[in-house]
Amino acid sequence: MASIDTAQSPPRGFSFNDPVVRGVIYQVVVAVLVVVFLVWIVNNTAINLKAQNKTSGFDFLWKTAGFDISFTLFPFDRTSLYWQAFLVGLTNTVLVAVIGIFFATLIGFTIGIARLSSNYLVSRLATVYVETIRNIPLLLQLFFWYFAVLKTMPAVRDSLALPLDTFINQRGLFVPKPIPDEQFVWVWVGLAVALVLWLVLRQWAKARLERTGKRFPVFLGGLALTLVIVGLVWVVSGASVTFDPPVLNRFNFKGGLELPPELVALVFGLSIYTAAFIAELVRGGIQSVSHGQTEAAEALGLQDGDRLRLVIVPQAMRVIIPPLTSQYLNLTKNSSLGAAIGYPELVNVFTGTTLNQTGRAIEVIALTMLVYLILSLGTSAIMNWYNARVALVER
Amino acid sequence: MTDIAFVRSEIEKAQPAPRSQTGLVAWLRKNLFASVSDTILTVVAVVLLLWLVPQLYGFLIGRAVPPGGTVEQCRVENVGACWAYIASEIEFFIYGFYPMAEYWRPNIVFAMLALIGLPLLWPSAPFKIVNAILFFVVFPIASVVMLSGGMFGLRYVPTEQWGGLLVTLIISVVGISLSLPMGILLALGRQSKLPIIKTLCIAFIELIRAVPLITILFMASIMLPLFMPQGTTVDKLVRALVGVTLFASAYMAEVVRGGMQAIGRGQYEAAAALGLGYWQRMGFIILPQALKHVIPGIVGNFISLLKDTSLVYIVGMKDLLEAVKTKNDAIEWASPTQSVTGYIFAAAVFWVLCFSISRYSRYWERRLNTGHKR
Repeated sequence: MASIDTAQSPPRGFSFNDPVVRGVIYQVVVAVLVVVFLVWIVNNTAINLKAQNKTSGFDFLWKTAGFDISFTLFPFDRTSLYWQAFLVGLTNTVLVAVIGIFFATLIGFTIGIARLSSNYLVSRLATVYVETIRNIPLLLQLFFWYFAVLKTMPAVRDSLALPLDTFINQRGLFVPKPIPDEQFVWVWVGLAVALVLWLVLRQWAKARLERTGKRFPVFLGGLALTLVIVGLVWVVSGASVTFDPPVLNRFNFKGGLELPPELVALVFGLSIYTAAFIAELVRGGIQSVSHGQTEAAEALGLQDGDRLRLVIVPQAMRVIIPPLTSQYLNLTKNSSLGAAIGYPELVNVFTGTTLNQTGRAIEVIALTMLVYLILSLGTSAIMNWYNARVALVER
Repeated sequence: MTDIAFVRSEIEKAQPAPRSQTGLVAWLRKNLFASVSDTILTVVAVVLLLWLVPQLYGFLIGRAVPPGGTVEQCRVENVGACWAYIASEIEFFIYGFYPMAEYWRPNIVFAMLALIGLPLLWPSAPFKIVNAILFFVVFPIASVVMLSGGMFGLRYVPTEQWGGLLVTLIISVVGISLSLPMGILLALGRQSKLPIIKTLCIAFIELIRAVPLITILFMASIMLPLFMPQGTTVDKLVRALVGVTLFASAYMAEVVRGGMQAIGRGQYEAAAALGLGYWQRMGFIILPQALKHVIPGIVGNFISLLKDTSLVYIVGMKDLLEAVKTKNDAIEWASPTQSVTGYIFAAAVFWVLCFSISRYSRYWERRLNTGHKR
């Protein structure tokens, strides 16, 4: 009888049936193929560039750009250099992304909560909004806002007057520009002090609640505190803000703050589009908290506000925040569509104009991609850290 | 012994619920006027609807110029949508610059797509395998021959002349059919234990997902010709297809990976214990379960891809949106509502396509829901 302990250990040596050996072979094959492919591409590119008599390198960044940019946050003209153009594009991208994220969050959370409303009409309207906006390409929506709405606005001379000295016409949105005087710094200082005091108040109220069980209206108290401090500082320091309203001259508006139609259309389009996706996330997040949690909180005797603040929202946020960040990232990446309506953001200024003028295709595209890559990887690093922090500790 | 005065011999019929608990009144009270704040919301919503619906009706139907109208009708003050403009340019919106005498060729392709594609989507239709071979092998070849011509006596039509809805559909169908298998392969690579393959897949996926599609298309349009040997020209449509497919496959890979991670370790181990090889384990045990989990994500990617086809104007293709945008500047139809009408038309087409895809995926989710119900 063959005994079990004479069973042979697996044969050593080469065997194609050994998964380890096979794995090594596969990887070597793939690696060789990739390297050959890369060498082939680099070689082709070198030959092509030589044939077209093109130089390469990043030295062009320190040459004069020689073109104008319609909307910049800092001075830029024809004599500026290419790296300054790059910076203009980058800041314009960041600007539109920040404004867009603010409005998208605002609209998105409102619509998301409205979808869960027990009010039939409200939840239906929110559903119609989400289903309409989600299923239409963003680019089309941008074209709609820019070409079909803003570009058909009245000409400068018959501008549409809105309340608060605001005007809208073909050339964009004109709003009064606030001009704080020198004393106004003190108001900011007062605001900062008030906010710090608010935090202190919160700590004190929490300690008192734990010690005596008595509640203190922290939010209202803090708000009143802030208003009183800021108001007092404002009056005492004698600070004042004057508004410089846009005034119609013969050909254009003078004074005021001019928001170009491209920026307005892009912010509109991005916020409305992304809000539809955020609304879905918010709805899913709140629904993911099971009803038992609400009931358990009620059974513990928590008030309505505390129930939401301490039980439902923290659990919903754990579900909402990771995809929410990726929506913010999407919004930032989608802001590159501003190039299609002429908003001077990174892709428009750099991959468009700069590339056309310098012909340094590889360098320009690599630099543009690098910016987005850093943005994405940075965000996902932060997200991973956050996820690890809020993840359920499973036993 | 006591006298029993009254013994009920039959059960009393239940009384109808109070009027305030049933019917329209209760429904209204529960859904529209449950509290003071609810009532305020309802009033606001009703006012909004009373303002919005007549406006929309007036613009889209009431004051609109129906198909067949003239441009003069569209130029009057306070006119609604100019449907006459859409009707007169509809051929450009569907075929682009495709020669008019050859419209029957794209039409045959559309018909093939409907006749071969739709039965594939319909689960109880017979001959699935034959159908799949027809769709994935015969249909693409036949379509290319049909559309581009140059053989069998068909006139050659370069891709520069293709356009409109035709291009949108070509890019979507090709992108959808290629990005799913590519995404699955990438996801398998990312989950694999082989370090080189894993690193390559992660690098590819993360790089593509980090950058906007517009830069990938720029790259396809400007750098692809540089990468190819001298003298090779890459067709514009192919550039668009390469860009869109690579982009979509990276996103698809992440969705599939999510599904694979949702499968318990036990499934992997049980499959290995049965003595199945890698491809058998993945193909018969893991992927069927993983894909079922992530149908919403996969379909969401399909819809994104369909919407993203509107970006191919960057490589110079005239898709539906670009065709509409071009014609919106046409002088012969210049009128106040010309561009609004054009964009509403394009939006409606995209909306119908995307919305039907998402409804269709709901159907599959229900059909495949074989448990995991909460």
